[in-house]
Amino acid sequence: MKLHDIAHARAGDKGNTSTLSLIPYKPQDYALLCREITAERVKAHLAGIVVGKVTRFECPNLPALTFTCEGALLGGVTVSPGLDPHGKSLSFALLEMRVESD
Amino acid sequence: MKRSMRIGCGAGFQGDRFEPAVVLASQGGLDWLMLECLAERTIALATLQRVRDPEAGYDPLLDRRLRTLLPQLKKNGVRLITNMGAANPLAAGRRVAALARELGLDMQVAVVSGDEVSRHLHPGIAVMETGAPVTEVPDIVSANAYLGAESLLPAIQTGADIIIGGRIADPSLAVAPIMHHFGWRLDDWDLLARATVIGHLLECAGQVTGGYFADPGKKDVPGLAHLGFPFAAVDADGSAFISKVPGSGGLVTLATVKEQLLYEVTDPAAYITPDVVADFTGVRLTDLGGDRVHVTGGRGLPRTPTYKASIGYRAGWLGEGEISYAGANARARAELAAAVLRERLEDELPQVRYDLIGINAAHRSDFGANIEPYEVRVRVAGLCVTRAEAERIGWELESLGTNGPAGGGGFRRSATERIGVVSALLPRNLVHTDVTVFGAHIDADSQTLADI
Repeated sequence: MKLHDIAHARAGDKGNTSTLSLIPYKPQDYALLCREITAERVKAHLAGIVVGKVTRFECPNLPALTFTCEGALLGGVTVSPGLDPHGKSLSFALLEMRVESD
Repeated sequence: MKRSMRIGCGAGFQGDRFEPAVVLASQGGLDWLMLECLAERTIALATLQRVRDPEAGYDPLLDRRLRTLLPQLKKNGVRLITNMGAANPLAAGRRVAALARELGLDMQVAVVSGDEVSRHLHPGIAVMETGAPVTEVPDIVSANAYLGAESLLPAIQTGADIIIGGRIADPSLAVAPIMHHFGWRLDDWDLLARATVIGHLLECAGQVTGGYFADPGKKDVPGLAHLGFPFAAVDADGSAFISKVPGSGGLVTLATVKEQLLYEVTDPAAYITPDVVADFTGVRLTDLGGDRVHVTGGRGLPRTPTYKASIGYRAGWLGEGEISYAGANARARAELAAAVLRERLEDELPQVRYDLIGINAAHRSDFGANIEPYEVRVRVAGLCVTRAEAERIGWELESLGTNGPAGGGGFRRSATERIGVVSALLPRNLVHTDVTVFGAHIDADSQTLADI
């Protein structure tokens, strides 16, 4: 299945970094996301988008994960020649990832 | 213990809808309304306007946004705090005072100035993105520090109805009124962190009430055409519930609040503002039902010794062009068009990118979907040094009309100057802010409270 089946996401921008949250619809799927959706796998999935480093942060209190994707915005919103300079749509690029259910 | 206070957010970006703020001011039971209208680059563009006209450079929608809002604020005793002063807070303050007079409203305006820091840039200050000395950034047009609650509190303490500034950290627009209401100190770190959580949840207005959220069938949102904007009802311990005016569109649920809590956050354990370093990982959310979500927890560490400043510079010209192909073989004709453009442009303008809208423009990939859409739009774009180079991109695209593949239509082209933004950290002692009060009922034009 796709991540889109079990989680929602929101994209934000800080300079040339895209911030992507990943929030399971059901809190019990958080463990699955922690296990399967590593920074390395996100970096591989977004290989055509993210030039720099991907870092994952855990928020078990919500629960949710966040990813900072450096060099993802073609220079950042103010100078990007891309169609979506903020990378607002990148949350749905993340949700294209495949994940195997338990 | 002081009673709870309510603060709403009536705009989350410069061009936001007007009417949700009026609904909040008239029906929200608010003490305060914040309007966040200043994006990173907006202040650089506004600075260029001020250079041309000393009374310009504040938010161009100031008059339209406030004309219907001020009477409701006055009637309901709601105080306003906003960054609509942009690159010229004093001119904005004079204009709002004049507008209030025009409307027959007795309202005082307090202006916070001092965020403009271009004279303080020196080679010892590094650009955060590159590490190079800030003085090496070419064609700087503006430099503004993100002010915090400490700079806003003296303005609030004047008792003015309207507080206007320029570059202010977005959450601080909520932190300062909340601090003032409860009498918190500048080093009540945990309380400031909780107020920062509240400010962060409010700062994008509709983004916590169902905007930027709907995904039909997965996350449905009622009434998006009349989205209600949020308010927070804050208690003395820094906890709050987030809600919206009953009957307005949208929704407030755990899911909308979680998405906004993490929006534009890099490290959730260290969210840095001028006021505090806030840790969001202890925040607890509870759905109270009826579009109310309770927010509590969150810890704070002492603020950093620096202000972040954003520096605007002339970054060149963006040239863009688009053309559509539809029907049988649309994708192949679009790919041919892109190939022709590449052959004609790539020697002189190697930075130009070629996207197929409908296939790979937004994500630079289709993740293997390999679909054959009914229509495809070719987009060609590049950041250039000169205007002439940028215009060349659109001209080449337009020439495909008579020289390119069959059935190309819907040309659009543009060449626009780009203002880039980089960041730097400035020692706090370089930044000095002032408060100036303009009053509708005061004969003299202004009364300055220097160096509060």
